[in-house]
Amino acid sequence: MSQTSDAREKPLSIVLEKCAKTFADGTRALEPVDLAINGGETIVFLGPSGCGKTTTLRIIAGLEQPDAGGRVLFDGEDVTNLAIEKRNVGMVFQSYALFPNMTVAGNIGYGLRIKGWSKADLAKRVTEMLALMRIERLADRAIDQLSGGQRQRVALARALAVRPRALLLDEPLTALDARLREDLRVEIDDLLRSLNITTIYVTHDQAEAMALGDRIVVMQQGRVAQIGTPRDIYQQPANAFVAEFVGTMNKLSGRVEGGIFVTAGGRMPWPEAPAGATRVMFRPEDVSIAVSDGHLNGTIASLFFLGDRVRLFVDVGDAQPIVIEASNRRKLSRGDRIGLSVDPRSFVAIDH
Amino acid sequence: MRRDTSLLFLLMLPAAAFFTAFFLLPVVHLALVGASGKDGAAAYSAIVTDANYLRALIATLGISAATTFLTLVISGFAGVFLQRNVFPGRSALVAMLTLPLAFPGVVVGFMVIILAGRQGLIGTISQALTGEKVVFAYSMAGLLMGYVYFSIPRTILTVMATAEKLDPKLEEAARSLGASTLRVVLDVILPGLKPAFISAGAICFATAMGAFGTAFTLATRIDVLPMVIYTEFTLQANIAVAAALSLVLGLVTWAALAVARTAAGSTVAAAG
Ligand SMILES: Nc1ncnc2c1ncn2[C@@H]1O[C@H](COP(=O)(O)OP(=O)(O)OP(=O)(O)O)[C@@H](O)[C@H]1O
Ligand SMILES: [Mg+2]
Repeated sequence: MSQTSDAREKPLSIVLEKCAKTFADGTRALEPVDLAINGGETIVFLGPSGCGKTTTLRIIAGLEQPDAGGRVLFDGEDVTNLAIEKRNVGMVFQSYALFPNMTVAGNIGYGLRIKGWSKADLAKRVTEMLALMRIERLADRAIDQLSGGQRQRVALARALAVRPRALLLDEPLTALDARLREDLRVEIDDLLRSLNITTIYVTHDQAEAMALGDRIVVMQQGRVAQIGTPRDIYQQPANAFVAEFVGTMNKLSGRVEGGIFVTAGGRMPWPEAPAGATRVMFRPEDVSIAVSDGHLNGTIASLFFLGDRVRLFVDVGDAQPIVIEASNRRKLSRGDRIGLSVDPRSFVAIDH
Repeated sequence: MRRDTSLLFLLMLPAAAFFTAFFLLPVVHLALVGASGKDGAAAYSAIVTDANYLRALIATLGISAATTFLTLVISGFAGVFLQRNVFPGRSALVAMLTLPLAFPGVVVGFMVIILAGRQGLIGTISQALTGEKVVFAYSMAGLLMGYVYFSIPRTILTVMATAEKLDPKLEEAARSLGASTLRVVLDVILPGLKPAFISAGAICFATAMGAFGTAFTLATRIDVLPMVIYTEFTLQANIAVAAALSLVLGLVTWAALAVARTAAGSTVAAAG
């Protein structure tokens, strides 16, 4: 049999049915969650600390049992009571969790050794994985002689070596510095696309989520707040929490008067305003600085030079200043009065 | 700079004086006394040439090794279990298990007699059940029991402290790769506990090599080296031989520990 070829059968689909989790100490970590993950899809769990991302991931892995009534299905088959060692899922942790008593090659080959692969097949597969992660030089190194980025590569290689049915990653890049995180993220993205493996990726970094996810599951206090493509999540947030957690969102309060949203800073045309709207939200990139007077007028409260652009906080008489970004060619300074106009098509109406 | 060095030297002086007075001088003196008998330096070779001494040395090494092994096995399981499971009465149990720390060897020997002696608990029960009285307090088995009982507390505490620092993610990673519980124990938990086993095992071995109180209390039919030294010294007044044997006992123990520490190969090495 050709154990070392990478031909893979159809990728695994995963379904969670009413999976809730209450810990022994009474902590309610997860309200009943329903979720369907398609085969080959990369799905990202995104949310603030403590919202239940890890708990959900561990239920899928088999490290945690859902409360009675919850079910986990792999390709339609109920695996709720199947132990993790029988589920064949690859796991990657933020802390790497590499075996300190084994070399890099020993770590990568561990799962294959457990499965009883022959020495020759095992060596071949390990070499393959080392090449895939571009860490051939490190094969005989001890774990404590590796940098963080190298460790995470080894962890990925170890998880993938056994050809898992799904890959589960819990904040794999959080412990790395920004530059390295970016590089590895791109690499992981390429890897996942080429492997066509069902992947669940946990992060609280929304940029990472946007870049990696086919779909994003935004979680809030043990609940799923929204599921959708990165574009959906960004452009049509389901509620104020999602709107504010993902990217930067400006909000203004006021009232609608015949297609015009009237607010402290001015009058903004809004033809499609829902009746009785008292709040409007929009992204910084949908705001442009008007030549003369804009729909909205205010004073620059503070400004930050970002290199390629300038970020401005503009006080328009509302409780919070609005955030906009401008080209760095403009001569702007604190205290300047400026006019702004906002594309009404970008308005998001969320009233709660 | 020079002032710093001389100050350091000055601060070291009490420790150096203590070391010289209570370790270096007695050991040198012991070495000289050992060679002062009628056979001279040959007293040192007596431990291998004299069948009685050799037997005592082997018995002592054997019982120390067995004590270390049994203690590590028992404390390994118990320590990990106690560290990982929270149940009512857990802290009381830990306190009870660590009680022997406070007992001198004589008391431990006495307890072995109460349990397995002629009038002991085990004897009484076995007589009632089978009509035969089981007595092993005065044999190597009794001594072994006392030593193990005495060694468990320290070892359990060391194992518990180390088990607490084991990364649970390592076990989860191993399981995700298909490892059964047994494989997790062999590949993750035991390697993680190895430092604890080596350090606790070394102390356990050294203590058993030099233990006297328990052997003394159980007296009969036991020939461990510390007992032989005592007999040579007090009953035969054979001071030179006693000194030579003492020094050899110390050296053998020290060598065994050095081997255990450097042989970081397997946990079995530490247990030997
Ligand atoms: N073993 C446990 N016992 C009790 N409560 C727990 C346990 N594990 C997690 N929790 C609680 O469950 C909630 C969800 O935890 P979870 O680890 O899933 O959060 P998370 O979204 O992964 O957060 P983070 O981004 O900080 O990792 C938290 O309130 C946490 O304190
Ligand atoms: Mg987490």
